Amino acid sequence: MGRAPSPAAALLLLLLLRAERLRGAELTFELPDSARQCFHEEVEQGVRLSLDYQVITGGHYDVDCYMEDPLGNIIYRETKKQYDSFTYRTEVKGVYQFCFSNEFSTFSHKTVYFDFQVGDEPPILPDMGNKVTALTQMESACVTIHEALKTVIDSQTHYRLREAQDRARAEDLNSRVSYWSIGETIALFVVSFSQVLLLKSFFTEKRPAHRAVHS
Amino acid sequence: MAAEEDLRVVCTRPGTGLGKAMRALLLLLWFAARGSALYFHIGETEKKCFIEEIPDETMVIGNYRTQLYDKQREEYQPATPGLGMFVEVKDPEDKVILARQYGSEGRFTFTSHTPGEHQICLHSNSTKFSLFAGGMLRVHLDIQVGEHANDYAEIAAKDKLSELQLRVRQLVEQVEQIQKEQNYQRWREERFRQTSESTNQRVLWWSILQTLILVAIGVWQMRHLKSFFEAKKLV
Repeated sequence: MGRAPSPAAALLLLLLLRAERLRGAELTFELPDSARQCFHEEVEQGVRLSLDYQVITGGHYDVDCYMEDPLGNIIYRETKKQYDSFTYRTEVKGVYQFCFSNEFSTFSHKTVYFDFQVGDEPPILPDMGNKVTALTQMESACVTIHEALKTVIDSQTHYRLREAQDRARAEDLNSRVSYWSIGETIALFVVSFSQVLLLKSFFTEKRPAHRAVHS
Repeated sequence: MAAEEDLRVVCTRPGTGLGKAMRALLLLLWFAARGSALYFHIGETEKKCFIEEIPDETMVIGNYRTQLYDKQREEYQPATPGLGMFVEVKDPEDKVILARQYGSEGRFTFTSHTPGEHQICLHSNSTKFSLFAGGMLRVHLDIQVGEHANDYAEIAAKDKLSELQLRVRQLVEQVEQIQKEQNYQRWREERFRQTSESTNQRVLWWSILQTLILVAIGVWQMRHLKSFFEAKKLV
């Protein structure tokens, strides 16, 4: 077995990297009214997982969310929340599921964004993870900058979502102003013409009324 | 995907000196690696859409894997041959930029040319109801956007970068992503401002118009009724 150990070791390392790839998902999906959407993921024990979610469009911008561990215990539950952030360190290995529910709403479908991160970020090259020596100053500086940039990107995402929400509301307001104004103008014309016609009809001579007056 | 190719190469070359145990371990690790994405269930005719709001010239890579529920064994079996997923990607102007059918597992890539909300829709191409038998299809999905879509091992190999150079390269990519996002932010803010100004204008002009119409109709009503009553000799 010792014929070509280094290619095999490299391959093993590469596969290990694949096995521990950052299991994180950032998705935006549409949740129809009276519907529930669940997502599942297989997680190891003792791993830190975090869930960030936000409602972008729809109704009162709120959604129900709950998370269950493999044994069926509810580890997080919130109702009618607009946005929230939740972290948890897993105690059991297995499939964790989290669900978003719009069952309380009968006609507004919502757009929900969530960011589900499992574990820590893996290094970008396989052998970076198992260094025995300490990082040089340059490498430490790179790590610091990387972490700071990640914070910047997260904050940009947050602003982008807020802006999407406000923009959706503004565009909705814009179209509603048009429709309601046109509707009101039409109503104005209809009401005034029918008022005049009705009034005229009171004073127009009708046979039965005329006979009643004379007798 | 390079890992599978390497594995196939290893298995077909008997002289590499890998023992049976090693091969089994590698196979086990390979299967373990495959089962690690977020998954959800989809019905037979159901279409699941995801929205990605991205700046322009951003690459998006999506990987998916499907599993069909086996009623006899009461578990999800691995990939079913012949069962495919239809992937459709629309740009912010509702123009289709990618519409392709893939097998039971696939990888799709696209680069945005206009900034905005892109919609990625998936639905199964199954026409035989018996295949689903009232069950659901399990879809493992992983979508990577922008800098996360970069494969650093490949970049290091291609450009022959040292570790430090690769770290700096990653920082450069991140900063570029931040810059693109900020440009996009500026463009969006301008659109938002245009919408608000349009609303402001509309409210102003419609209010003035409605007031004028109200006054004009009032005047017309009075005159019309006055002439009507004069004709009736009531006034």
